[in-house]
Amino acid sequence: MTLLEVFKIILLILLIVCAIGVNLTKRLLPAIIIFMAYSTIMAVVWALLESPDLAVTEAAVGAGITSILFFLTLRRLGREALIDPADEQEENPEADSAQEGDS
Amino acid sequence: MRDRLRAWYNEELSGMEEFLNTEERPDATRVERKSAVRRWQEQLLANPEMQREIQIRQKRYHTLYRVVAVFSCILFIAVMLYVIAHFPRFGFENPRADVVARRYLDEGLKETGAVNIVAAMILDYRAFDTLGESFVLFTALVCATILLRMGTRDKEGTMCPVNTFNTSLDNILNGVGFFLIPCILVFGVYIVLNGHLSPGGGFSGGTILGSALIILSAACGFKTTDRIFTYKRLNILSFAALGFYSLSKGFVFFVGANGMHNPIPKGIPGAILSGGLILPLNIAVGLVVACTMYGFYSLFERGRIGHA
Repeated sequence: MTLLEVFKIILLILLIVCAIGVNLTKRLLPAIIIFMAYSTIMAVVWALLESPDLAVTEAAVGAGITSILFFLTLRRLGREALIDPADEQEENPEADSAQEGDS
Repeated sequence: MRDRLRAWYNEELSGMEEFLNTEERPDATRVERKSAVRRWQEQLLANPEMQREIQIRQKRYHTLYRVVAVFSCILFIAVMLYVIAHFPRFGFENPRADVVARRYLDEGLKETGAVNIVAAMILDYRAFDTLGESFVLFTALVCATILLRMGTRDKEGTMCPVNTFNTSLDNILNGVGFFLIPCILVFGVYIVLNGHLSPGGGFSGGTILGSALIILSAACGFKTTDRIFTYKRLNILSFAALGFYSLSKGFVFFVGANGMHNPIPKGIPGAILSGGLILPLNIAVGLVVACTMYGFYSLFERGRIGHA
């Protein structure tokens, strides 16, 4: 097994880890960053698969512009989108009890 | 179980009519009627039996959802693995299925005059697909404009609630952009113009040009890019590029379908002016893609392109 093959296997494993990680990440900002990492790894994999034109496109579109648009969308959504869902669940019971107290 | 639910449902439906009759005056407006319905719905939701019912339904739905999701995932993976097991090995030829690919590789240089066979494929043999892709991008830009454009009254961008951090004052971004933007622009132009000779082409080069514009507007502010890219110029540029693509490719299709001689010279393979229509088509696609990418960024960032 040559060094290049080991490198390829490491890249593919990282690719799978990133793909699963995007799904399992609850917060949106880290999810976008993992998605960026996925695109970058994919660009290297394309280059290793001897299709440099796809590698260039993947690096520019996937890691660059898509992520920028995601970031901008996230900023437009504001703070609510950045709150951890786990924190939100902790806040909700208080809100419910406050409503009951009012009624 | 179902009977109980239906009975409960019917009972509450009649309850709504009563509720509306008692609440509603004959001269009630639409808004008042709507608020009455909303109050009735709130009353229903406060009912503990209703809440229990909703919980049961949600639970059932979630169980069903999970089972179906896992099942379809496993099915999909199994089908994909089965298909992959029947693929030819990576890098090896499949003599039955590779007839078209072999034809492209053998005759591509002679028939199109492009050294880069990928460019010959996407801009000559499969040019109609690329036209569709360019129009998809343009349509996406149009949709983004419809959804995100803020209106022409707002010159200062005050309707954008989030633009608090002025990136054009950032020293690091400014300094890096000063050295990086020319390099990225040159690289993008090189990739677009050399699409028929080396890997790359309109799409990748156009994206790189677009990202250079994005970095420029982030580093030096939108004032700089607004001098080049007004809304009108962007429209004219996209229209000209797509129109040129459609007309030239339509001409080629017409000539080819009727068996006439194609007057466009192929040039010497390897020279910059070769490959027939591939070079101008690459430029057209690159312009459309660059405009689209910059337009997306501008619309997402401040809700308008240029001053309008």
